[in-house]
Amino acid sequence: MNKGSQEDIQSAVGRTIERVARESYGRLVAYLSVHTHDLASAEDALSEALVSALKAWPRDGLPQNPEAWLLTTARHSLIDVIRHQRVVLASEPTLALLKENSPEANLSTEFPDERLKLLFVCAHPAIDPAMHTPLMLQTVLGLDAGRIAHAFLVPPKTMGQRLFRAKTKIRDGGIQFEIPQERDLPERLDAVLEAIYAAFGISWDDMFGIDPRGRDLAEEAIWLARVLLQLMPSEAEVQGLLALMLHSEARRSARRALDGRYVPLSEQDPKQWSLPLIEEAERHLADAFKRGRSGRFQLEAAIQSVHSERAHTDRTDWAAIALFYEQLVRISPALGTRVGYAAAVAEAEGPEAGLAVLDPIAPDAVSHYQPYWAVRAHLLQRLGKKREAADAYDRAIGLAEDPAVREFLLQKRG
Amino acid sequence: MQFALMIYHTPEEFAMRKNDYSDPHLGAWRAYYKALVEAGVYVGANALEAPETGTTVRLKEGKRRVQDGPYAETKEQLAGFIILELPSIDAALEWAARCPGASIGAVEVRPLAPEAMRRGFTG
Repeated sequence: MNKGSQEDIQSAVGRTIERVARESYGRLVAYLSVHTHDLASAEDALSEALVSALKAWPRDGLPQNPEAWLLTTARHSLIDVIRHQRVVLASEPTLALLKENSPEANLSTEFPDERLKLLFVCAHPAIDPAMHTPLMLQTVLGLDAGRIAHAFLVPPKTMGQRLFRAKTKIRDGGIQFEIPQERDLPERLDAVLEAIYAAFGISWDDMFGIDPRGRDLAEEAIWLARVLLQLMPSEAEVQGLLALMLHSEARRSARRALDGRYVPLSEQDPKQWSLPLIEEAERHLADAFKRGRSGRFQLEAAIQSVHSERAHTDRTDWAAIALFYEQLVRISPALGTRVGYAAAVAEAEGPEAGLAVLDPIAPDAVSHYQPYWAVRAHLLQRLGKKREAADAYDRAIGLAEDPAVREFLLQKRG
Repeated sequence: MQFALMIYHTPEEFAMRKNDYSDPHLGAWRAYYKALVEAGVYVGANALEAPETGTTVRLKEGKRRVQDGPYAETKEQLAGFIILELPSIDAALEWAARCPGASIGAVEVRPLAPEAMRRGFTG
């Protein structure tokens, strides 16, 4: 065999492993941990299996069912690990389960998809809410702690320790791998949706140079929402969340000019928006509405949908956006929602009306909140209050993280 | 607790800083300080002159050694520091990410060690 074809095989195997890892990682981890509750061991076993695959597959050829191959290999090393731990009393039944539950013969066909249980475990109320998203990114998508750490502005070692602690709590804390019961479901599902949205990281769209604070995980968040929708195809809010993220994702490339300058939504060229993503978002949103159960994410998606309309109508229906925000504030009066409402009211009824929405917000609540100051500055400027506007712009600039947004606000401040 | 945000600049950035009128980051710095003060976390800050103005002194085997320039020759050099009063390292990292120095060069965050300081003063 010559060197060239050897390399070809290596890279083909590499690509297959990458694809299988991407598509099957969460399914394999979920399946391997659903009875043991031991996510760390399941992940270790799977990564060992992936290393073995890198050695074995170029030598023996690709297995017919790569996923089943990985599962069998991971399961063997998991059983070794559990034996090694010698926690005999606790693990004998587990061992039995691991062996029984999926006889080798069945492996080549199908094994149950336990990812929904895993998602609910990651966003369990007993787990620190700040760790819901990192846990999902790691256990369902296989992201390493370092990458998650960067996105969440935490030192990699610290993120590794926090993930480890959370997994220990899942293993030892009696957290059940199960689909919540009907009466708990709305609240538990909301925690899962929140965690996925937190990975997306853009709390609402960038109307006035709002700090986008992108976590660089938008693709991963959309992937998670697609997985969730596949597992819960009739939940309106799941479709709402997916629609919301797709609308925002459709504008990704329009947010930056060619020279890297920040372009706010109102100045974006709709021709640069991705129509396929917008169409997909619209399909999901229409589907969700048909189910007749409104919710926070559907309302947020509806707001983005009105913005996307500009691609066809060349104008923005601010009155409609303000109306959706009004409903949103009623069910979810978060700071970001109130600021978004103020911005929409200002566009629909004038800057004074917008400021009247901002004014009752307590000063303490906004001392670190950049979007508030960006919107306030913009409205004061429109009213010709130069000094007050400059002050508010300074606060917004000082709280901005993205240098392009900072530059945009400095220009507007003048 | 208190944290130091230590700001590191490249030589090019130091050169730009020499002339206030040509420093393109001045407005960003001014706004950043304002945000720190308004948020009630600011304790103190100062900027340092360029590294080539530094002189390093050490005593080796009783002999004075004086060296022109900074302690270590690295591309990015300490350009200034900000002391902040904050509840946690997480909050300190948030402010470090907003610091104009983070996109110009780098910002290192370290907790102050007031105990070590106190022992030094009082024995």
